[in-house]
Amino acid sequence: MYVAVKGGEKAIRNAHKLMARDRRGDTSVPSLGLKQISEQLYLSVSRVMAEGSLFDAELAALGIKQSRGDLIEAAFLMRAYRTTLPRFGYSKPIDTAKMLIRRRISATYKDLPGGQLLGPTFDYTQRLLDFKLAADGEAPAPETQEFEKEEVVPRVTDLLNDEGLIEPDEPIAPDTPVGDITREPLTFPADRDLRLQNLARGDEGFLLALGYSTQRGFGRTHPFAGEIRLGEVEVDFFMEELGFEVPLGTMTVTECQMINQFQGSASAPPQFTRGYGLVPGQGERKVMAMALVDRSLRAEELGEEIDSPTQDQEFVLSHSDNVQATGFVEHLKLPHYVDFQSELELIRKVRKEWQEKREAAEQELVAEAAQ
Amino acid sequence: MSTQTASSIFAKAPAPGLADPVHDAQSVFRSAMNALAQPGTVQQLDDLKLNPPAPLSIAATALVLTLCDYDTPLWLDPALAASETVKNYIRFHTAAPFVESPAEAAFALVSDAKLLPAVASFSAGTAEYPDRSTTIILMVDELTEDDGITLKGPGIKTEQQFNVAPTPAMFWQQMQDNSALYPLGIDVIFAGANQVAGLPRSIKITGLEA
Amino acid sequence: MTERVETQGISGEHYNFAYLDEQTKRMIRRTILKGIAVPGYQVPFAAREMPMPYGWGTGGVQVTAAVIGKNDCLKMIDQGSDDTTNAVALRNFFVETTGVDTTTKTKDASIIQTRHRIPEETLTKDQVLVYQVPIPEPLRFLEPRETETRKMHALEEYGLMHVKLYEDIAKFGHIATAYAYPVMVQDRYVMDPSPTPKFDNPKMDQMEALQLFGAGREKRIYAIPPHTKVVSLDFEDHPFEVTKFEQPCAICGAEEVYLDEVILDDDGNRMFVCSDSDFCEERRDAGHVGHLGTNPLEAEGND
Repeated sequence: MYVAVKGGEKAIRNAHKLMARDRRGDTSVPSLGLKQISEQLYLSVSRVMAEGSLFDAELAALGIKQSRGDLIEAAFLMRAYRTTLPRFGYSKPIDTAKMLIRRRISATYKDLPGGQLLGPTFDYTQRLLDFKLAADGEAPAPETQEFEKEEVVPRVTDLLNDEGLIEPDEPIAPDTPVGDITREPLTFPADRDLRLQNLARGDEGFLLALGYSTQRGFGRTHPFAGEIRLGEVEVDFFMEELGFEVPLGTMTVTECQMINQFQGSASAPPQFTRGYGLVPGQGERKVMAMALVDRSLRAEELGEEIDSPTQDQEFVLSHSDNVQATGFVEHLKLPHYVDFQSELELIRKVRKEWQEKREAAEQELVAEAAQ
Repeated sequence: MSTQTASSIFAKAPAPGLADPVHDAQSVFRSAMNALAQPGTVQQLDDLKLNPPAPLSIAATALVLTLCDYDTPLWLDPALAASETVKNYIRFHTAAPFVESPAEAAFALVSDAKLLPAVASFSAGTAEYPDRSTTIILMVDELTEDDGITLKGPGIKTEQQFNVAPTPAMFWQQMQDNSALYPLGIDVIFAGANQVAGLPRSIKITGLEA
Repeated sequence: MTERVETQGISGEHYNFAYLDEQTKRMIRRTILKGIAVPGYQVPFAAREMPMPYGWGTGGVQVTAAVIGKNDCLKMIDQGSDDTTNAVALRNFFVETTGVDTTTKTKDASIIQTRHRIPEETLTKDQVLVYQVPIPEPLRFLEPRETETRKMHALEEYGLMHVKLYEDIAKFGHIATAYAYPVMVQDRYVMDPSPTPKFDNPKMDQMEALQLFGAGREKRIYAIPPHTKVVSLDFEDHPFEVTKFEQPCAICGAEEVYLDEVILDDDGNRMFVCSDSDFCEERRDAGHVGHLGTNPLEAEGND
């Protein structure tokens, strides 16, 4: 307003300079390289790629550096950049059965075709701060082994499907357009393709809390981690002009298939049902939470009673996006003195009237008592 | 590529679209916006130097190039639909999918008032989404702000005189029926030679008897 | 003062005119036309991610970006003032991405983007007023579900809103809504005017300028064409009342304008001054003086 923000322009410029200085920190310490971030903080990079909806580790690393490690801010930078990129079309669906697997575990079978492959994981580590890392110690190299490249590792759900124990994936006609919430506003009820896209971009913390709440009984789904896999998949694009598919490259994805109990209904025999999670990069916690939430959001389709937040698609899908959420929560920092002034005027008026009424009532009481 | 094929491809290439796609589209949009915001007023377009294939007029073409793309199913009147040159031109510049059924159209392009099907055959939207309706771009020879019907409603201070020539048979009556559907209904943008005017569904039409 | 600011950063070489790509502009333009055709109805649109946070004007910015041309003159205000931090940031965004002229003078602007105020000066038919809207749904705080509120609008079922307003009267003796006061547009749609103080509501009725509303996070655009009937909801026995200030502006003496309360010192002394900074400045330039004379804070060199 008048005084507080006269020279707002100058204040903004200086604030940004100060922020840049703080970002750099102590200049006697070397500046972070993007490679250092993308190589050594890959799980942060993965989260930024997933929530920023753009598979580019170097840009995610830049976002993390620019945002001083604030991953939501970094995801926001990715989104704002992504929206300016030209679109050429949609790739063919990736096939995770053909994944070049780095990690693959199933909690439902002791052993299975393709085997259990522990891979790079924090699981079973002792959560003790490792002071060797503080002293910049190098980790011993893991043992490696050659593997057959073209091996197809069937998904656990495919094995169950062969027996008819799990619901089949809905048949989808080949030319069915895939929804895209970045091109069309979300309307309710939203189909599963849109829901999954929303969840894949959604905030990890939000999905984690929601998924957790289903385990504690708020919309229980009896989940088993049928399979979690991490690795590289090929992304193919159909070129209309050429009339054939061309590979665009590979991307790292993490996938989780939850197997959930289902009692059956009038139209469906008792069988297992699916919950699905997939994100770019390495994001195991996120895909597991996503799969729990996906399954809960299918309550209506499966004829289950909707009585918990996680089953309520309007609640979940409207609040999952952390870029939206942070913007709106933080917009409360913006000046609101005009609306506040109108509230001030109103509350003063209402209080004055209340006071007058009370005084009048008191006088009446005094008068009555005097009589 | 031999010179012969190159030149034959060149010969087949559609006529150019907007010379300055960014700023021309912006100025055409502003005219269309003002046309619908001030129904019945005639809005002059900038000199666009378009040379679309017959029978498309400059104004109608400018509107199509400004508003249509692969997200907007487009219905063409039978005369336009019969012209490969017209279809190639629109397809090349907008990528809008052509639809056979008027009810599926986001936009309808009508080159001749006589070829306008019943207004009710287009989509009027739904009660929850009245925006899911067709906008008709109707080519006419003349737009005038007097000596015709009387318009009343949002965008008009008291009332607005308006006329177009030629007028499709029973058109104003149909537009009266259309406005009775409000908030559902279709909207019309009239495209004169180098002018546009708007008639949204919100407008009440009187003065037909005269 | 009309001015061009030296720019840096997002120049035209890297981004399209007005930042948005042409496909996105077309989509927004189509939405605006639908909004104009159905005044007060919230048209869904595929809002894009913008380089400023949701809730900070992304809807207004997208509407302005779809409307603005190189010959426009833009005024950007927040809380009635051109100098508020976010107004400065958004104005710079358009200067950098379009190079258009900007102004603080209401009458010189062809497009005015605003947050929370309508300028005091009467707007004309050649102007467009673009509002930034946080929550476009007037029924949202009565019914959080979009599926339900959409049905209510479809059926013109606004009983819930009247019940809420009536409960206010029962409780406080007044309708306890001081800003974002709901209006009925052209006898059909109940509409949220954005968080403008209810003082500004009467200006919306029959306004000569086109009013466009953009809500980016909620992905809605709506519009009020010129000369459209906009009525603040009320009851016969409790008619809508405009906020009245007990004193004129302390530095320009204007009456019947919206005032900001400024606390002057630790003893709680305060003054009331115009919220519309351009309006106040124009009046002072024309020789009007309020009871405090010149701005006491400016006199202290406090800017």
